[in-house]
Amino acid sequence: MAVRRKKLDISAEADMTPMIDMTFQLIAFFMVLLNFAEGEQDERIKLPSSELAKPPEAALESPLTLQLTEEGDVLFAGRMLPIAALSEPLRHEAAVLERQNKNVADASVIIRADASAKTGVVQQLIQKCQEHGFEKFLLRAKQEARGP
Amino acid sequence: MRIRKSAAHRVDKVEIQMTPMIDIVFQLLAFFLMTFKITTLEGDFNIKMPAQAPSAGPVEFPPLRVQLVADAQGNLAAIRLGDRPLTGFDALHREILGLVGSPTGPNPLAGQLEVELDADYNLRYVNTVDAITAISGYVNKDGHVVKLIEKLRFTPPEPPPE
Repeated sequence: MAVRRKKLDISAEADMTPMIDMTFQLIAFFMVLLNFAEGEQDERIKLPSSELAKPPEAALESPLTLQLTEEGDVLFAGRMLPIAALSEPLRHEAAVLERQNKNVADASVIIRADASAKTGVVQQLIQKCQEHGFEKFLLRAKQEARGP
Repeated sequence: MRIRKSAAHRVDKVEIQMTPMIDIVFQLLAFFLMTFKITTLEGDFNIKMPAQAPSAGPVEFPPLRVQLVADAQGNLAAIRLGDRPLTGFDALHREILGLVGSPTGPNPLAGQLEVELDADYNLRYVNTVDAITAISGYVNKDGHVVKLIEKLRFTPPEPPPE
């Protein structure tokens, strides 16, 4: 009877430790690689490539990003606008900078233009910004060597 | 006695509930996996271009004029440096290197020269960036960027062709 009362404690417990270790490692990996700065990048714009396009070493002063699509429309602050309609938002940006006691000429205008966009349209965009006092332009390109 | 004996043999095992933690951890993992995007780094070419052309003072070196001619499809048809036709961006780069380059890097002339880019309206922007790349420098054997001519400006834009 004493033998029969003894219960065998057989429980199949999987050891979770290695799996949790690995999972945390994976989370740490993806967290470190998560790049919040890519928010301004847009799938619709295919940038041209250049081996000389090095990322800026210091943070830009009052950056303003204008994205130019292949069709010649400008993506600015989440809105798609033709170049002619940019006057109002640019005037507003210039006014905001002046209210912050910043010089409009020192603000950096980042131009992310599509590789297939027309150069004349890019120049028109630059001219439009110049009309509102912007002087510093940064033509953005992917940092990679051009293929043959 | 019997009671005390059974109490002594009881295994006090505190089981931590792993399920909620693993749930959350997998949620986090799924989130980071889905937001993960392989992106190439982006860099800039700086161009300082005030609205008015700089006041006409005594200019020591007139700007080098690089003309980019487009065909009907917007592809590059011809390059001219001044009046001389060139065969391609490599030739343009060699010319610039001949003007301002030296075996150790740019010579003092590089800081004073300015290039004026005159591109056709229809030219695809990628060609313009290639021209800027050919003018503004190169990557040497050690992987460092050697800068040549950094002063760059565009000619006033032409009206769009009919």
